[in-house]
Amino acid sequence: MNRYLWIVLVLVGLAAPFVFYPVFVMQLLCFALFACAFNLLLGYTGLLSFGHAAFFGGAAYVTGFLVKHAGFTPGLGVLAGTAVAALMGYLFGSLAIRRQGIYFAMITLALAQVVYFVALKAPFTGGEDGLQDVPRGMLFGVIDLGHTYHVAGRPLELNLYYFVFAVFCLGFWLIYRAIHSPFGQVLKAIRENEPRTVSLGYRVDRFKLLAFVLSAALAGLAGSTKSLVFQLASLTDVNWHTSGEVVLMTLLGGLGTVLGPVVGAVTVVTLQSELSAIGSWVTAVIGATFVICVLAFRRGMVGELGKYLKRSL
Amino acid sequence: MHLSPQMVLAQLMLGLNNGVFYALLSLGLAVIFGLLNIINFAHGALYMLGAFVALLGYTTLGPLLGMPDFHLNYWAALIVAPLVVGLFGILIEKTMLKRLYKVDHLYGLLLTFGLALILEGVFSNYFNVSGTSYNGKPAILSGVVNLGFMFFPTYRLWSIGLSLVVCFGTWYVIERTKLGAYLRAGTENPSLVQAFGVNVPLMVTLTYGYGVALAAFAGVVAAPIYSVSPIMGAETIITVFAVVVIGGMGSIMGSIVTGLSLGMVEGLTKVIYPPAANTVIFFMMILVLLVKPEGLFGKDQ
Amino acid sequence: MNNRIMQVVTGFAILAMAVSAGAAGISNDAVKIGVLTDMSGVYSAIGGEGSVTAAKMAVADFGGKVLGKKIEIISADHQNKADIASTKAREWADTDHVDMIIGLLNSGCALAVQKIGTDKKMVTIATGAGSTALTNKDCGPYGIHYVYDTYSLPKVAASAIIDHGGKSWFFLTADYAFGHSLEENTAAFVKKHGGEVLGQVRHPLATSDFSSYLLQAQASGAKVIGLANAGGDFINSVKQAREFGIVQGGQTIAGMLVFLSDVKSLGLDVAQGMEFATAFYWDRNDASREWSQRYFAKTGAMPTMNQAGVYSATMNYLKAIKAAGTDNADAVIKSLQGMKIDDFFSVNGHLRPDGTMVHDMFLVEVKKPSESKGPWDLLKIIKQVPGDEAFMPMSEGTCPLVMKK
Repeated sequence: MNRYLWIVLVLVGLAAPFVFYPVFVMQLLCFALFACAFNLLLGYTGLLSFGHAAFFGGAAYVTGFLVKHAGFTPGLGVLAGTAVAALMGYLFGSLAIRRQGIYFAMITLALAQVVYFVALKAPFTGGEDGLQDVPRGMLFGVIDLGHTYHVAGRPLELNLYYFVFAVFCLGFWLIYRAIHSPFGQVLKAIRENEPRTVSLGYRVDRFKLLAFVLSAALAGLAGSTKSLVFQLASLTDVNWHTSGEVVLMTLLGGLGTVLGPVVGAVTVVTLQSELSAIGSWVTAVIGATFVICVLAFRRGMVGELGKYLKRSL
Repeated sequence: MHLSPQMVLAQLMLGLNNGVFYALLSLGLAVIFGLLNIINFAHGALYMLGAFVALLGYTTLGPLLGMPDFHLNYWAALIVAPLVVGLFGILIEKTMLKRLYKVDHLYGLLLTFGLALILEGVFSNYFNVSGTSYNGKPAILSGVVNLGFMFFPTYRLWSIGLSLVVCFGTWYVIERTKLGAYLRAGTENPSLVQAFGVNVPLMVTLTYGYGVALAAFAGVVAAPIYSVSPIMGAETIITVFAVVVIGGMGSIMGSIVTGLSLGMVEGLTKVIYPPAANTVIFFMMILVLLVKPEGLFGKDQ
Repeated sequence: MNNRIMQVVTGFAILAMAVSAGAAGISNDAVKIGVLTDMSGVYSAIGGEGSVTAAKMAVADFGGKVLGKKIEIISADHQNKADIASTKAREWADTDHVDMIIGLLNSGCALAVQKIGTDKKMVTIATGAGSTALTNKDCGPYGIHYVYDTYSLPKVAASAIIDHGGKSWFFLTADYAFGHSLEENTAAFVKKHGGEVLGQVRHPLATSDFSSYLLQAQASGAKVIGLANAGGDFINSVKQAREFGIVQGGQTIAGMLVFLSDVKSLGLDVAQGMEFATAFYWDRNDASREWSQRYFAKTGAMPTMNQAGVYSATMNYLKAIKAAGTDNADAVIKSLQGMKIDDFFSVNGHLRPDGTMVHDMFLVEVKKPSESKGPWDLLKIIKQVPGDEAFMPMSEGTCPLVMKK
């Protein structure tokens, strides 16, 4: 991929809070990271997890709780959330990897439902009310993430924004490196033809598990960051609707493309935000988008664009 | 909470009540999966649709047709709703699902997921998410029956009986009759059965329609008990998936027995250790998937 | 060359998708009021669109303008989800420059939005949330709790129920902030009046099947089954309790938070004799009747205490702006605290520093079908309880703003 594109995108990211509502852009970044992490598992390894919200939301709760009640700094809180998500990924992955296809998806769904009900009942999550009033804290003890600058009459939380942007870039870079490494090549081989890869002597299960853990950890990173942005972790974050949405973001953007999930996430989140005024139609529109994508648009937006340009994006 | 025998029996009865709905819905799913190899995520939404046909037939159909006093009564709804929703299901199969048979199964799952969201979203706009009462319960089924250990509403008892009849009736047709034999053969080796002159695609379509009709039927039966809400299917469908997986994805008897048993296990858990009531089924599903992945009653594919 | 251009185009395509989220117009030339409530779920009949109508009525009656600035009303559905409520409130504060948020049915949502109000210096008026946390440990300098709370409701009703023989209680509680708060406060009053609490069971918000919870309540043998839930949950609990023969078996169902819309939905045959506390009844006096008829003309239903409260709060908020000469939050709150809040809704009302709008509450009873002379003639007022008696004394509260002094 051309270096100029990356530079343009980074510049866009740096300038964004001055043009758009920063909280909205941060939301886009969190979900874009979530979708990219998911794509690593579905687009590149070929494993459909229907319970990724468990990692996203689980990490959100962990970070929220630690920052609010245990005095963790935001950096440590996010690290802790990511670590917990990775651990969950290891546990869930070990169980799920033993089966294939539909069964794999069903196990991940069941495990995610367990996480949902734990979140509903556990005392520290606040149940229906959610974990509210999560402080943004002092990054590394010096930078106040909650600080609001006033630029041209608009209140901008720039410290928080650049933190989130940095997190996104780091996560995206990690995924990019993983995809373009020998490890990534094996994952693609597994997706294309698993028995062949086995016959070539690769310990396929180990690769799958590693991909799962990596995907879970980065989804957790996205969730942890999100809890700081919205100062809230709630049941919506661990709900199976959210698991479904990340599938849609990846599918819509383009499975197995680098930028696809970002495009998909931006589209879906923007859609939801714009349509929120018309209430439940959002669900119907998301459903319709799914149906259209599956029937006619399986390569997704970036995938189709890539095919048109005859190069992989 | 002290465990009196009455309490346990009472919760078991309620569990059985929930269980017949699990059985009906997982039966429909099993029929569809067994024949089409498609996980019908829209099953819950179709259940909801059946309940709404009953509700709207009772309340708005009359005024719509210019006959304000006309109410599609409960008994008629039991037939009409499955027919209407079944036809709708067939329409979906012919226009959308057919195109996905050649592609990865997971796309079928995603398509039906999308359909479920569409139905849920559209209905949520017009109807209250927390439920609308269905007032068409026939007077003959109202009232309470004294079971000795509890007072059980007559209608709920009726719902258990009727559902069991339909479940075992379906099992009988599929497993013990010639029609059922054709169906089963058609799934295993469609081209061979087709060569014998049996119209396999028609059979497949009708079977999908029947599976969907079963869901709608469950919806009508459920309407007087649970009230009719756009999300009533979404709440149940995940549990029903677990039931199907535990029972065995294509096994008819497996779905029925597992549905009933799990309903009762859930009921018992509510008494013994309430916080786990929602999750016990999922734990069991994970256990079964690890130990006997084809399900308790399933056949290894 | 072609490739590079296409890549840049892809980059901007990503950008373009976020364009619609761009900065909305800055409007400090208007007073913006946001009605944030449950429009589609379990509490929608209690607040919902009716609240928006009530707010608009207040603006229209006030004249549409205050201090020469236009008054605008926007609304949104929080779907009983705290994250949607807080995100909406944040967005309204940051991009739409909303000055006041009202409604906030659902305590979880109200608590979340009140915090945002504190951060963003925006007035928040909870006209439909019950949790006493709003005026105690989670109180805020710009947060107002207007209609009722989970202390005043049982204070007014519990003693009456106990006096009628209901000494042993079992609670059926909605499992979130509101339910817990209502259960806790009611249990405290029950014990204070010599009753005992035999147990409780918690149900998820918006449950459709209460059968297993009701059976546990029945098995406890308590004389009174206290329903610490509201709206759709309350209606379903009562209906299903009848189905399982609980009432026929001799136990009383006591609703701790009951609205006019609930009684209408249940019908007098089912609800007759039920006693509960309320802040408003449409048929109380001439002023309430006059306003309610106007509301009825617009919506087809008589107002619940929430909807009437929205009108009253909006009207008084606008009056406070006029008196203060500015829409700055600190000044408006000060102005409100200095006002006597006395209208068709609020009798002897005043705003306390902890955010509670203290006013008289009423103990009502549902009429028997034979006593009712019209489709909305549903309740009779048994007792009027002065505000200072009904609401918790500020000295016993835990609001940090008050305790500092």
